[in-house]
Amino acid sequence: MIRPLEHIVIPSGLIALGGLLGWSLFLAITGETGDRLAEIALARVPDSGVSNPVTSVLLNFRAYDTLLELAVLLTALLGIWSLGAAGPGFQKAASVLEGMVAGFVPLLILSAGYMLWVGAYAPGGAFQAGALLGAAGVMLALAGHRNAGLPSEDRLRPLVALGVFVFAITGVLLAVVGGGFLTYPAGLAKWLILIIETAATLSIGATLAAAYLGGRPAPEHATRESA
Amino acid sequence: MTSHVLGTQLLYGGSGILLVLLGLWSFLVHAPLLRKLIAINVMGAGVFHLLVAIAYRGIDTPPDPVPHALVLTGIVVAVSATALALAFGKRLDRDGD
Amino acid sequence: MNLLLALFDLLLTLTLVGLAVVTLTSREPRRAVILFIAFGLLLALVWARLRAPDLALAEAAIGAGLSGALMLAAARRASDRNSVSTEGSNREDAP
Repeated sequence: MIRPLEHIVIPSGLIALGGLLGWSLFLAITGETGDRLAEIALARVPDSGVSNPVTSVLLNFRAYDTLLELAVLLTALLGIWSLGAAGPGFQKAASVLEGMVAGFVPLLILSAGYMLWVGAYAPGGAFQAGALLGAAGVMLALAGHRNAGLPSEDRLRPLVALGVFVFAITGVLLAVVGGGFLTYPAGLAKWLILIIETAATLSIGATLAAAYLGGRPAPEHATRESA
Repeated sequence: MTSHVLGTQLLYGGSGILLVLLGLWSFLVHAPLLRKLIAINVMGAGVFHLLVAIAYRGIDTPPDPVPHALVLTGIVVAVSATALALAFGKRLDRDGD
Repeated sequence: MNLLLALFDLLLTLTLVGLAVVTLTSREPRRAVILFIAFGLLLALVWARLRAPDLALAEAAIGAGLSGALMLAAARRASDRNSVSTEGSNREDAP
């Protein structure tokens, strides 16, 4: 039996869309352009305070994007928290898994610190470091730690907001001092970027781990009972 | 830009478009929430793949960092949207029972 | 050299699209999620080939790892629900 929507309309629409997208891709990569953004960005990398081009675009040239992206992450977590409390969590891990987790979590935190530092001149940066912290949290949650190693809610709230807060305060202070919103002065760029990235890493890690729990964290006393 | 780089961009960019179309098809055709979510994620991966392909400048030339930064923020936004969607799904299940 | 690289590109692309097709067409939730994780890891490999190591790291950790962990939990709930609603029908994926 042929259902017209599923077998005719959708496939032909998709084929038409594919043709259009393919044609525009072809035009985009064969077309002659003037100064492309890439050359301008790559030429300015030495002024940005970091030598990794991606980090310099992310935290210097297009810092607005990253600030708003951290705000999106925070909003998503608020949405998750508004939907109710987290589930009961997984059962307590047996001794072998517990031993592995006890070894891996410090290693993940150490790698996150390395990733954060190395992001200035090699592949890495706040997002990758935050993802490693989040992975440490997921691992703790899977091994039966009910709050994934996160602090209680009143201390977790400042932690997840830290990235946006530090980023925005830095931007506003720079605007007041005179450079313009998030326009770093020449000598300070490296350190300002490092401060912002550190705050962002902590927030991203805490947010991702809290998002994995899928709801508001349980109160402190309930955690002790289950532990 | 040599024809070899152009060919690589077309091959990977074309596969990115194909991933977007496959994801869109699956999103429209399949009913279960989890399958729709996976379909959206594959669509997103296709868009990222397309951007990475356009940023490619050859095996020994540094690529365009601007699309890379866009994709990096996109990945994190995608995972937070996925987590929010799953929380919605969990709540729907609980209220539906 | 160039021919070898082109062959490698073709192989990577075919595997990637093939994995996407089997991910999107598998009915069983857990199977679909695990294939999606494999897809994300292969995508990270492709981006390392396209000189985007920053993105490869992020995709492997976030796109494949964290999304996969989130979806696996959801897939487990979905299978649990299926096995409750079709009790006695002898499903393979019952826990």
